[in-house]
Amino acid sequence: MFSLIVGLVVAVVLIVLNIVLSKLSFPKEGRILAILVILVGYIYWGFEPFAHHEMHPHVEHASYSFDGKQDIEALEHAGKDATEIKAFWATIAKIAEHKGDAVAGKALVTANCTGCHSIKSEGFPEIMSDADAAASYGVTPPDLSIAGKVYDKNYLIAFISNPVKAMHIEHKYPVGGEKVFPMPASDFMQPQEIADMVAYLSDAAQKVPAPTVKKGASEFEISKAVNKEVFETACVRCHAMNYAGIHAKTTAEVMSKYIGATPPDLSQYIRSRGEEYLHNFINDPQRKLSGTGMPRVGLTEKAESQVVEYMTQIGDSKKDEREALAPKVLIYLTILAVFALLWKQKIWRDLH
Amino acid sequence: MAEFEKANSIGEWFDQRLNVKAFTKVMMTEYWIPKEINFLWAMGALLVMLFKLLIITGIFLLMYYKPDANMAFDSVNYTIMQEVGYGWLFRNIHGVGASVVFLVIYIHMFTAIYYGSYKKGREMIWLSGMLLFVLFSAEGFSGYMLPWGQMSYWAAYVITEIFGGIPFIGGDLVIWIRGNFYVSDATLTRFFMLHVLLIPVVLIGAIAFHFYTLRFPHVNNEEGEFFDYKKESEKYLAGDKANSKVIAFWPDFLSKDFMVIAVFMVFFFYLVFYNNGFAMDPVNFDKADGMKTPAHIYPEWYFLWSYEVLRGFFFEIGGVSGKDLGLMAFGFAQGIFLVLPWLDRSPMVKPANQRPVFKYWFWLLMADLFVLTIFGKLPPTGINAWVGFFASATFLGLFIALPFLTKIEAKMVGGK
Repeated sequence: MFSLIVGLVVAVVLIVLNIVLSKLSFPKEGRILAILVILVGYIYWGFEPFAHHEMHPHVEHASYSFDGKQDIEALEHAGKDATEIKAFWATIAKIAEHKGDAVAGKALVTANCTGCHSIKSEGFPEIMSDADAAASYGVTPPDLSIAGKVYDKNYLIAFISNPVKAMHIEHKYPVGGEKVFPMPASDFMQPQEIADMVAYLSDAAQKVPAPTVKKGASEFEISKAVNKEVFETACVRCHAMNYAGIHAKTTAEVMSKYIGATPPDLSQYIRSRGEEYLHNFINDPQRKLSGTGMPRVGLTEKAESQVVEYMTQIGDSKKDEREALAPKVLIYLTILAVFALLWKQKIWRDLH
Repeated sequence: MAEFEKANSIGEWFDQRLNVKAFTKVMMTEYWIPKEINFLWAMGALLVMLFKLLIITGIFLLMYYKPDANMAFDSVNYTIMQEVGYGWLFRNIHGVGASVVFLVIYIHMFTAIYYGSYKKGREMIWLSGMLLFVLFSAEGFSGYMLPWGQMSYWAAYVITEIFGGIPFIGGDLVIWIRGNFYVSDATLTRFFMLHVLLIPVVLIGAIAFHFYTLRFPHVNNEEGEFFDYKKESEKYLAGDKANSKVIAFWPDFLSKDFMVIAVFMVFFFYLVFYNNGFAMDPVNFDKADGMKTPAHIYPEWYFLWSYEVLRGFFFEIGGVSGKDLGLMAFGFAQGIFLVLPWLDRSPMVKPANQRPVFKYWFWLLMADLFVLTIFGKLPPTGINAWVGFFASATFLGLFIALPFLTKIEAKMVGGK
């Protein structure tokens, strides 16, 4: 409704401008051009920015603090009880204050995590094939080699404490519901222990060397390899990227049993959703698409931009070429237009 | 066989065989165009330019495109957009060109309406032009289906469904058009045929015919003035170009056309490189899925006004369902422009702003088409549905009122 009023105001301004223009001693062709530009500009505004604004309501921008503030605000705004969620995030904040010990963390992770998760960089191999793991757990558990780098520290603490809450998928795994999330909550552990494990994961991630690329690889190739590593950890357990030859580690059939939907191939998502949508969506899927089976994965701001950049590098791989060619073509055409103008003037000099 | 003397130059050699000199005179240097024109008179040449760009890029795309429901999407978005050298450029030019061609068609068409260029001997120009509009619409619609994205699929579904509203044969007709009970591979391949063969061939013929229709009544001018072309052209040929009311098609008229085309191309390629989202809808980068309806289905911007007329009647009136009323209004909107020369009963051939009654009608129609276009994209809920209804009703009303309004105008100007 607000936009409608804005549109009408714009229309009135344009009409007034039109009348003013017609009163001024403005060259006739210039006046016609001005009216044409105004009309075309107005219709463009109507079916593009205005229509998008009307069809895609604004959502809060992505937040990377993972302190539950937005969740609490949303609940309070809706007039619902936020006590439980407040208490949960208060606990997380307390755990985060502990200084973690990576050595102690390693022992804890070895005892508690490596039964299901591999940490290849630290010498903990996968115990089952992707297909078997998917069949056993519902989805292939992630390798944790760079988990400490890709996922936010606060988020990891929240995740270890209570995965379902951290991921915002309570609607898929309600307390006391039939389905149980494959990874158990560890909120029975001591705060110091959780802090230690997170410290270890972070430590291990720092030790992972940059992905190897061919000798003489271009900057584009190097950045693509770095981004791919993050993308594979963050997305590929469920999603395929066909245009990069990447298949989802969990098959569509198993996935649809797990979350009740088939996760899409992400090859063209940079074109179909766009950068801004992807950022807001990945940061917290429920905010853009309430009820979706996709969990909040808790990527750090950097990791998330690497994921989106990788989607651009695969889905819009000629972006650099396009941006390099554009000014050349436009300069060429501008010069052509100048010559065309001069030629026209030469011919028409005799006609007046 | 005629006697041929030995030619003294290459030019003469061709002239003997093809009568090149006389042909050039008839088609170019002594084809007369009025001098009182503005840049809006260059839209025809601009359309030829855009049509050429579409054909050339289309030929390149055709080399890699696969008209198969399983392969079409990836052949466009992977093979052409990412693998083929400059495939992305050809596709962007083709996609943006298809959208911009309609912008220029509309400017061309409303220039004709504004200056009364469909009247008094120019009816065939108008009719052949409207035929071209119909053909371009069919070409645009069939081409939009080819990338086989979600919008391709659902636009095809909605538009083919419209034929189901035709009494008695509707249901069978829809199946016949689709080649299946639903939009499927068969639909894609037949629309591919239409897009790359049948419609382009007919289009080229229709363009030639449109040019031919201009030959005898001549192009209209800015003041709607009728004058003696023979007398004016003699003045021109005698060297008094400044006082002649005519100019030659070549080089006079075309030099101005080229200028407009060159300036327009800067704008066009800006869109191709930097702002092509309006012509290549994001939703169409999701692969076609007959089981998943997109949240909003809307046509490309140039069909929005008629789409809004189609859905403007959303409730029953006098026992006729909203759907049938919408279909009738839609049919009316498609056909009514064709008979414009006979609806306008005022003998005045002048720019709209110099016509006492028609000027209000013209700008009201423009405003109404703007409202229809803008609301044609929005979800038809709440106030939007009512705006759509009133704008659709206004559209019908404007055309029903036109013969009466122009009759009043005819009386006011005393048959001049």
